[in-house]
Amino acid sequence: MNRLQSAAELENFRAGILAARDPAKPCFAVCAGAACDGLDSARVASAFEAEVAKLGPGAGVEVRVTGCHGYCEKGPNVVGPHDICYFEVKPEDAPEIVARTVDGEVVERLVYAHPDTGEKAVHMADVPFYKHQTRLLIGDNTRIDPMRIDDYLAVGGYAALAKALFQMTPDQVLDEVKQANLRGRGGGGFPAGQKWETAKNAPGEEKYVIVNAHEGEPGAFMDRALFTGNPHKVLEGLIIGAWAIGSHRGFIYTRHDAPQLIKHIETALAQAEGYGLLGENILGSGFDFRVEVHFDVGIFVSGESSALMRSIEGNPPEPRPKYIRTSVAGIWDKPSNLNNVETWANVPQIISRGADWYKSIGTEGSKGTKLVSLSGNVVNSGVVEVPMGTPLRKIVYDIGGGIPGGKAAKAVHFGGPMGGSIPASLIDAPLDFDELAKLGAPIGAGGLLVMDEDTDMVDVARYFLEFLTNESCGKCVPCREGMRQTLKVLTNITKGKGRSGDIARLEDLSDVTGAACLCALGRTASDPLKSMLRYFRDEYETRIAGGSAVR
Amino acid sequence: MSEVVMQIDGKEVKAGDGTTVLQAARSAGIRIPTLCHHDKLEPFGACRMCMVEVEVRGRKNYVVSCLYPVAKDLLVRTRSERVDKIRRVILEELLAHAPNSPELVALAAEYGADRDRFDKDPSFCILCGLCVRYCAEVKGKNAVDFIERGARREISFIPEIAAKECWECQECFALCPTSYAQAAYFLTEALAFPGRRKKASAPSA
Amino acid sequence: MRDDEIDKIIEKHRSKAGDLIHVLMEIQHENHWLPRDVLHRAAEALDIPFSRVMRVATLYKTFSLTPKGRHEVHVCTGISCHLRGAAKLLETVQRVTGIKPGETDAEARFSLETGSCLGSCSLAPEIIVNGTHHARMTPAKVEDVLKDYQ
Repeated sequence: MNRLQSAAELENFRAGILAARDPAKPCFAVCAGAACDGLDSARVASAFEAEVAKLGPGAGVEVRVTGCHGYCEKGPNVVGPHDICYFEVKPEDAPEIVARTVDGEVVERLVYAHPDTGEKAVHMADVPFYKHQTRLLIGDNTRIDPMRIDDYLAVGGYAALAKALFQMTPDQVLDEVKQANLRGRGGGGFPAGQKWETAKNAPGEEKYVIVNAHEGEPGAFMDRALFTGNPHKVLEGLIIGAWAIGSHRGFIYTRHDAPQLIKHIETALAQAEGYGLLGENILGSGFDFRVEVHFDVGIFVSGESSALMRSIEGNPPEPRPKYIRTSVAGIWDKPSNLNNVETWANVPQIISRGADWYKSIGTEGSKGTKLVSLSGNVVNSGVVEVPMGTPLRKIVYDIGGGIPGGKAAKAVHFGGPMGGSIPASLIDAPLDFDELAKLGAPIGAGGLLVMDEDTDMVDVARYFLEFLTNESCGKCVPCREGMRQTLKVLTNITKGKGRSGDIARLEDLSDVTGAACLCALGRTASDPLKSMLRYFRDEYETRIAGGSAVR
Repeated sequence: MSEVVMQIDGKEVKAGDGTTVLQAARSAGIRIPTLCHHDKLEPFGACRMCMVEVEVRGRKNYVVSCLYPVAKDLLVRTRSERVDKIRRVILEELLAHAPNSPELVALAAEYGADRDRFDKDPSFCILCGLCVRYCAEVKGKNAVDFIERGARREISFIPEIAAKECWECQECFALCPTSYAQAAYFLTEALAFPGRRKKASAPSA
Repeated sequence: MRDDEIDKIIEKHRSKAGDLIHVLMEIQHENHWLPRDVLHRAAEALDIPFSRVMRVATLYKTFSLTPKGRHEVHVCTGISCHLRGAAKLLETVQRVTGIKPGETDAEARFSLETGSCLGSCSLAPEIIVNGTHHARMTPAKVEDVLKDYQ
């Protein structure tokens, strides 16, 4: 295979792929996402492959092992022809599914059935979990084997890159992203176009672009689902960004403990390079760009952008105390533009379909769709994608199926250890960067935790503080010591040993930690507690006064 | 070097472009407390005691003066209710480790910090990093460094290097606000290379 | 590990940015722990102060400066697992293995770690042993699951 040397060659190649594929050919997409994999979906995939092999080569049935479909609660997931969804599939179900599908029939016992009414839904568009979503980013996961770049090309991949390189100038690409008001999806919500522009205009020829794939927020798993399932989408966004900014060297920073993700990234990079979509003279445009992969080895703070950059340099991941933006002076003090996986993944569609189209989705301040990791005390946990502005109620009840065991919801939490909880009474709040920040529960990376009526809100704050005390780098006093002392007070309260004056102590500590810490981890460390004291203060006061260890 | 004109505590101060607010304040005779700062070392930004209030184009922010660059028309306040609160609570957090450190006790008196506000912690190191950074940046020996992370962070003398370098040097001991560096060295010596110092300084082999 | 094996790993990653991390990761992966003399070797070969190597090696939970057991037991303590009962699960695992997180038992059979969020929150609460997920665990299932790991 020779490297593709022009946009026309890319389109011809794509046409060739599509011509060789028969859309009428039944295909079984077996999910190998994290949760399904943990439920042994590999054996399900093998069973399907064995079954299809028995039909002989002329049978025209395909098995595709894909990334995360999203409905993690009901895995192992298999999607058949016409988007028929089969759930909780076991290896021994494979013969029946294959045989009946070839006969044009559906295996009723394995399709979705509503837990209360028993009403069935066969196709994805009818399954409640899926039908309320807008799956612009994750929808392709069922159509792509992450180890095959041709699958990504078959769904239109890299057309945006060709458009950016040949029909637009770097400034035009930058303008489009600015116009679209794409805001960072990693937790900061900062306008990506603005960050790109700062890096682009910063002095110096050598600039870097970085994918922050270090998903560390507890309860957040959508970045891994997206990146593992569709690495090329993220890579395409990165190359477009590099073109806009004027960068020729990119870094992907990811966790070391996700072997499937690492394998998919490395394969994607090699295959893109092989096709001329990465490396020297991309698509014959004259633009050179190469990417390298780096790892975090097990500390949450290395997801903080300046700490991440220090880690790439080979230093311990301590956030930088200097008052200079990393987009001006980052890795080795060169302008470095860092964005989250999901942010990069949004870029190709903005280029293909335009900023005006993108702005038509979402709210005034928050455009586009957002991936949400829904988990905790919820019936349907998994990866969900909805337009910004969607009321949380819809996510928790219509998509999430409500609370298991018929219990009432008590609170929802966003932003993990750097976020906050809001009470169930506020569940009509929209999924919006600014609206949720005002309520004290900023979206963060998008991990939505649902908590039922039995949840101990003192323990939740204590949990997050304990997490951060273990993950802080320990350099600055208000973070290290402030959290240590806050954790002591909260632990005592959970053990029934609260003392009068505890709330004042907690408030003082939170106040100073929020104001004086060196980095965002420290500054937001007390936010969960602050949200608890805002909405669940009486629970805290009762526990302290009553001296009880349990609710 | 060009100069910028700014204000610190209402006083007009001229400072060299590229210097820090802390340097500008000192040149104007205005005192800002520090614990992890040393003129021979790169600013560290860890103790946060030197936090001041800055106002730029009407917007207030709280920054560490040891690192914040001077700027034209910058308005700096080195004392305010908020700044003092930040310093007081930081001192209280550190006094939980080293309630008898002379430097901390003096600052506590100035800011009304209560040494018993928080539960005491056995380690009397305040992790200012003066010993670590001095040994790396000034001596170039790297005999002592931080290990671990978060609340478990501590300083550790590397026995293989300390055995050769420390006894003849000892310069970091005087920098330590709590005497922990000295204690840590002696503990390391006692456990890792006991008796070697005595042999080395004995009159005959 | 033999000296030549270590040297090979060092040379492989030498010119990369952040070479130390890549080297330590690979040695940890192969050897399951980082002996002190190996750290000295890496420090010298990469011209990095030994104290910095120690700092990096002690900073990250993944690196172990003591030998690990034959089976690495990981109890996920991410928030989703926590909300679905990870604390009680951990208590049981501690009782059955006889060790606390970060420890290895005297026969080097188990090493126990806790830590967050391996991204399969729908399987909460989880124990992962040698990379194999044991999903939707309860304290009652712990003994049964662990007895197979000898």
